[in-house]
Amino acid sequence: MTSPLQQKLKITGPVVVTANRLDDGAVIYRTSSGQWSTRLEQAAVVTTAAAATTLLAAATADDINAVGAYVAPMRHDAHGALQPGNLREAIRYAGPTIGLPGVLDVSL
Amino acid sequence: MYLYDDLDRTLVTERAAEFRDQVARRLSGELTEDEFKPLRLMNGIYLQLHAYMLRIAIPYGTLSSEQMRTLAHVARRYDRNYGHFTTRQNIQFNWIKLAELPDAMDDLARAGLHGMQTSGNCVRNITTDQWAGVAPDEIEDPRVFAEILRQHLTLHPEFSFLPRKFKIAVTAAEHDRAAIRVHDIGLRLYRNGAGEAGFEVVAGGGLGRTPFVGKTIKPFLPKRDLLSYVEAILRTYNQFGRRDNIYKARIKILVHDLGAEAFAQEVDAEWQPIRDGALALDARVVAAVEARFRYPAYKALVDNPPELAQACAADRRFAAWLGNAVANHKAPGYAIVTLSLKPEGGPPGDATAGQMDVIADLADRYSFGEIRVGHEQNLVLPHVEQRDLPTLWRALDRIGVATPNVGFVSDIIACPGLDYCSLANTRSIPVAQELTRRFRDLDLAQSLGRLHINISGCINACGHHHVGHIGLLGVEKNGEEYFQVTIGGRADENAVLGTLIGPAVPYAEVADVVEDIVAAYLELRARPDEIFLDTVRRVGVEPFRERVYATR
Amino acid sequence: MRLVRGGRIVADQYVRVLTDAPIPDGVPVIVPAARFMADAAEIARREAPTGMLWPNNRRIAELAPHLDRLALVTLEFPSFKDGRGYSQARVLREQYGFQGELRAIGNVLRDQFLFLLRAGFDSFEVVKDSDAAAFADSVSRYSVFYQPAGDRRIPALRARLQHPQTFAAIERV
Repeated sequence: MTSPLQQKLKITGPVVVTANRLDDGAVIYRTSSGQWSTRLEQAAVVTTAAAATTLLAAATADDINAVGAYVAPMRHDAHGALQPGNLREAIRYAGPTIGLPGVLDVSL
Repeated sequence: MYLYDDLDRTLVTERAAEFRDQVARRLSGELTEDEFKPLRLMNGIYLQLHAYMLRIAIPYGTLSSEQMRTLAHVARRYDRNYGHFTTRQNIQFNWIKLAELPDAMDDLARAGLHGMQTSGNCVRNITTDQWAGVAPDEIEDPRVFAEILRQHLTLHPEFSFLPRKFKIAVTAAEHDRAAIRVHDIGLRLYRNGAGEAGFEVVAGGGLGRTPFVGKTIKPFLPKRDLLSYVEAILRTYNQFGRRDNIYKARIKILVHDLGAEAFAQEVDAEWQPIRDGALALDARVVAAVEARFRYPAYKALVDNPPELAQACAADRRFAAWLGNAVANHKAPGYAIVTLSLKPEGGPPGDATAGQMDVIADLADRYSFGEIRVGHEQNLVLPHVEQRDLPTLWRALDRIGVATPNVGFVSDIIACPGLDYCSLANTRSIPVAQELTRRFRDLDLAQSLGRLHINISGCINACGHHHVGHIGLLGVEKNGEEYFQVTIGGRADENAVLGTLIGPAVPYAEVADVVEDIVAAYLELRARPDEIFLDTVRRVGVEPFRERVYATR
Repeated sequence: MRLVRGGRIVADQYVRVLTDAPIPDGVPVIVPAARFMADAAEIARREAPTGMLWPNNRRIAELAPHLDRLALVTLEFPSFKDGRGYSQARVLREQYGFQGELRAIGNVLRDQFLFLLRAGFDSFEVVKDSDAAAFADSVSRYSVFYQPAGDRRIPALRARLQHPQTFAAIERV
């Protein structure tokens, strides 16, 4: 996916503001109370460029908690639940699509 | 390998202390992210999709067993039990927490390891041939000069804020295993007609958005002038490299825009005032650095001891490995052993903490405590007695680093891709994994011969796809993952960029496309020993294009 | 904004004349390069020290003919990431032998102090007061340096030749 850090703000569906937590780099989502959560369902969802710009500005200013904030596309699934809107956001939310090597380590 | 002294150790320790202070100032809010980012980049810390990524320098790809154990410790203590070896002879950890980084840096510093200048707009890790110092076709060990350059360019006050990153590679062999012609500066140490050793200086090579093969700007530079001349190149670049557009900021753009000759003249103008100054490398200075390289006390042995023939006869798998992963050494009776980090189904270039510890022990027992990291993302034990090969092989096989696919179709070079990297358009690791499964048959792989597949998940080309025999470049089309396919690239002394074969193909089909290309090669090759690259050169790209796009 | 010189926060004696206003007599002044060139004759008659603001995108060779009339040169860092001023400083000091005050202005932050000092700067217009106060601490973070620079320290390669015992290799890496 073209890095969203280079994209102009163009809202065509539900979006959230996401970033990485400063102290450990974990993926986080901006909530409507101006906090951050690792749970996608707690993210503030907006649908206009104006609202996204406001949300992003507040998130960017909060650089003691979060790094690299940007606007990320989401979608609602058949049950109305919020889901990542593209592969990049899916990978950020659920982790790499590959099995990580360190899980089955060599016995010494 | 080079032995650190108090000065080297002190610098690394002081750097770790400075970084601890910078992290504290960031976490307290005294530094904004804008102010902190260049500082953390200069210590090799990126922000990736899931976490921070720490890139640790392995200077010219040489590691001691003690350092390998320290990397295993970092993987266990601060990460998820594994590390990834990169195309620039570094190692990356993908799950590091910023708050724990100062402790990790201290642990690394105790073993003389650090992340200095593995990122940011400064001079990066200077790379070389993973067989340096032991290859028979080398005129002398290029790592001595890599070390001289490394020291000079570490925390250099003038060159820490260049227009963009800067990569240097050195080789001292006829056959270039260090890809010097696709680096910002490439240095080839050789003997001229008069038998004098000196450097061919190549500048302006590079991959990425606008790939170039470098131009020779100095056909023969005496060793004495190496530091001052490199300083002159950097001073020219620092002053005249573009700073208005990050996609046009590398030195390759400056060299291309000015032309090689005009660029060389600019460098010369900067060089003349300084060539006889403090940077002149007299023989004593070089000898002093060389003296700090410890070389093994090789025993007087003979090639092809009877143990080898016996082991080959007894075990076909050992014979296959011997023929593939073991190369000739300049000392009789010794061998250079490559450890494949490309097992079937595995992410290319990864090693677990457990594997690292075992490799460190094996290095102690069989390789004078020394390990090398290659830019093709495999490891090397550079000083193994041939009579130890059967025992060593069994130990390597047990930990899964003895797949006899070195240099073959399943020895794939891949960047981390969208699974890890925030710059990526597509994933690359699963593509590599699938290809190792498609080409799991080692007899087939051997019959295909030398065939390098390189995969990059985006145009930044960390997988070096431009110079792959088959290159795959991840692009995005309508929010979907696609790959552009090139063939015929090479990174050696005859470096050339690959040619696009046609429109980008979808992710789900890319492994099929590679199989089609390989099938076409098998039909088109003139003889079984005509390698893929030579077939492409002989018949051109068209037959491959036809085959791949006939039904697409 | 604080001026640091000699490792301490000091008052700035120089007056910046950035407009077309007349250049005051008897007072140290800093003028932009264009003004200096335009009023070269008048400036040559001054007795009080004169300084010049030099942009980071012009060669030092163009500045060189005027050095004997300059007590101070400022080199600029529009962004701290723009490193051209470091090369300009070294060329000015080491090739043209400038002995006057060399001042770093612009986006000058704490983590660049040591690099700036080693490149030959001796005064700094520091953006953050807290950085200025921390100057002495920042520049003492490192006690060893690999390369010779404007500060004329002996590079590591030569120091080792002179003192082999002091820099004996640690056998166990």
